[in-house]
Amino acid sequence: MNTLSPVWSWLTTAANWSGENGVWHRLAQHLFLTFTCLALSALIALPVALTLGHLGRGGALAVNLANIGRAVPTFAVLVLLLLTPLGRHGQWPTVIALVLFAIPPLLTNAYVGMREVDQDVVRAARGMGMTGTQLVWRVEVPLAFPLILTGVRIAAVQLVATATLAALVGGGGLGRIITAGFHLASTPQVVAGAVIVAVFALLMEAAFELGQRWCAPPWARRRIR
Amino acid sequence: MTAPPPDDCLAHNDWICGGYLTTRRQILLDAVAQHIQLTVLSVALGLAIAVPLALLARRWRWMLGPVLGITTVIYTVPSLAMFSLLLPVYGLSATLVVVGLALYSLTLLVRNLLAGLDGVPAETKEAARGMGYGPMRQLLAVELPLALPAAMAGLRIATVSAVALTTVGAIVGYGGLGNLIYAGMNSFFKAQVLTASVLCVLLAVVFDLLLLGVERLLTPWRRAGRTARPRARKAGGAGGRRPLTASGRRG
Repeated sequence: MNTLSPVWSWLTTAANWSGENGVWHRLAQHLFLTFTCLALSALIALPVALTLGHLGRGGALAVNLANIGRAVPTFAVLVLLLLTPLGRHGQWPTVIALVLFAIPPLLTNAYVGMREVDQDVVRAARGMGMTGTQLVWRVEVPLAFPLILTGVRIAAVQLVATATLAALVGGGGLGRIITAGFHLASTPQVVAGAVIVAVFALLMEAAFELGQRWCAPPWARRRIR
Repeated sequence: MTAPPPDDCLAHNDWICGGYLTTRRQILLDAVAQHIQLTVLSVALGLAIAVPLALLARRWRWMLGPVLGITTVIYTVPSLAMFSLLLPVYGLSATLVVVGLALYSLTLLVRNLLAGLDGVPAETKEAARGMGYGPMRQLLAVELPLALPAAMAGLRIATVSAVALTTVGAIVGYGGLGNLIYAGMNSFFKAQVLTASVLCVLLAVVFDLLLLGVERLLTPWRRAGRTARPRARKAGGAGGRRPLTASGRRG
């Protein structure tokens, strides 16, 4: 275990955790970036998805957006944005790229969730005299909730991963520890950073998994994957 | 120092530049070749691991949980961290990138293979058994072909995300077009960054279309009758359509 002991000593050195380049500061940046972008993309994607899902239109848009989004390399978009005039304004290129890539999973999952609501239930609700708005908030959204949450989880985990890449273009966050390690040609630091990032991503996934179970409506709990 | 001629887009550092394409042709071709090589190798390696895993998990059900669990955990690790974690094992090599990307493709491939195999109707399997097919022949001649559309859907997503993720390999110097993007970033060479990015997307689209073509060639029965009954196929099932909610690997 010759490769592991320097990694362990990096991780247990207090100086590596404190200060401007320390793990705690990078972790805070990472969390801030992830949740700001999650909120922004949810604000953009969810109203659109709920409207489209309610109207039953634009399915092709939601699906195509997700498919195209998959083919575009995040790293390329980050660099492209960095080289535009936006690149001179701190975190903006990162934030824009992160939001752009978080929108497709949110949009598709919420749209599919809305469309998968049993049409008999929708008709029954209409028959009871519900207006469009009531139908959305009282019937469709609660029933689509598990899938909407799945979209939020996928987007959040993806944001954690993408925020790591942001370090390649000079953004903050945990990935910075890894890139700094590469610049110093310090394998222990690279591996230690990678361990921290991986553990953080796994914890995030686990937290969302638990949160999803906890806040789903009781009748839908078993449907969650 | 003389001022560059007004039409010299390289000197102006324009985003779109024909001069870049002609002067750096060989560099671009080399990068594309490396990109294709890395992508194909990693997806092939992923497939070589995923098929036995899926078959094992199907044979011994207790393996299903661990297989899906472990591949999902691997899938959660960000790419930059994944490449860095493999660094002590493989060093700064192309193998590092190939292994990392292959690990990512496992989840999609295993899940879709299993979904496809589970989607084979019980009557079909019974019919095959009734015709005297042994377990091996049943698997090869009946179940795998019927699971193909779902498996191909997974393969297409895995390949497209592998093309996009290969760019991150630039951190260890083996990123295909990603190398050009990385170098272009450091020197603010706009034409190089844009050209490499566009080529990346084009490459993903070409791979996707190729796999779609392969899928159509391998499943002739799904085309038969389509002209006769154009709307006969019902929605749902483990069809060849991409799973709407599956998300590709990113970042």
